[in-house]
Amino acid sequence: MGKNIPTRRALLLGGLAGGLAATIRLEPAQATPERMRAAIRNVVGEASVRKGRVELDVPPLVENGNTVSLGVSVDSPMTATDHVKAIHVFNEKNPQPNVISVHLGPRAGKAKISTRFRLADSQIVTAIAEMSDGTFWSASADVIVTLAACVEGI
Amino acid sequence: MARPLINAPAKLKRGQVFEIKTLISHIMETGFRYTTTGEHIPRDIVTAFSCSYNGEEIFRADLYPAISANPFLTFFTVATESGTLDFKWIGDNGFSETATAKIVVE
Repeated sequence: MGKNIPTRRALLLGGLAGGLAATIRLEPAQATPERMRAAIRNVVGEASVRKGRVELDVPPLVENGNTVSLGVSVDSPMTATDHVKAIHVFNEKNPQPNVISVHLGPRAGKAKISTRFRLADSQIVTAIAEMSDGTFWSASADVIVTLAACVEGI
Repeated sequence: MARPLINAPAKLKRGQVFEIKTLISHIMETGFRYTTTGEHIPRDIVTAFSCSYNGEEIFRADLYPAISANPFLTFFTVATESGTLDFKWIGDNGFSETATAKIVVE
């Protein structure tokens, strides 16, 4: 008797283990959420994304998430053999992970773009540049938003 | 309704890298909002933008709901020859708008 009924000790241990697992799962909360990672995978495929060469210009503190200035520049000579093919910008907490994807070529002369975008929450914004040699480079920035965009009603 | 604005230098030197600034008036309704009575507001955004220099595409962008109302976009290109810059915006509900700018390369 009592073989299949968990003892108090087992329950306690289980609870402890569960608690530990919960803390472990909470730890990478700062990391890129799954949705954004999936969106990035969609673009880069199996290639690895390295940090660097990309400069992401977003204000660290935003008062109004409805219009946030966004600038991305990539360190590249922009020649026929070595240029930036595309720049993709992602966010992690808007309803959708994509912000913008631009396609450039050697005729751009300079791999630099700017636009304005919306942020629904304080979050990390990531820009990824796709080079003509098939490599991917990225930069991330933390943005704190006081008034969120996107989801508010009217 | 949608009035595009283009800012590009009119006179350029050959080989000069110059900035093109574009702005189009558009609500860019995200499709994630609801009215106070709970009705869903359908998505209405500009989904694509492209720029051609004398017929050859030099820049293209895919826009998502995260882009602010009245999409503003700047980019660069190299002045190769005199001619026209053609801009095109395409969006939901059959939205389509074009603009042109003339440039002189000396």
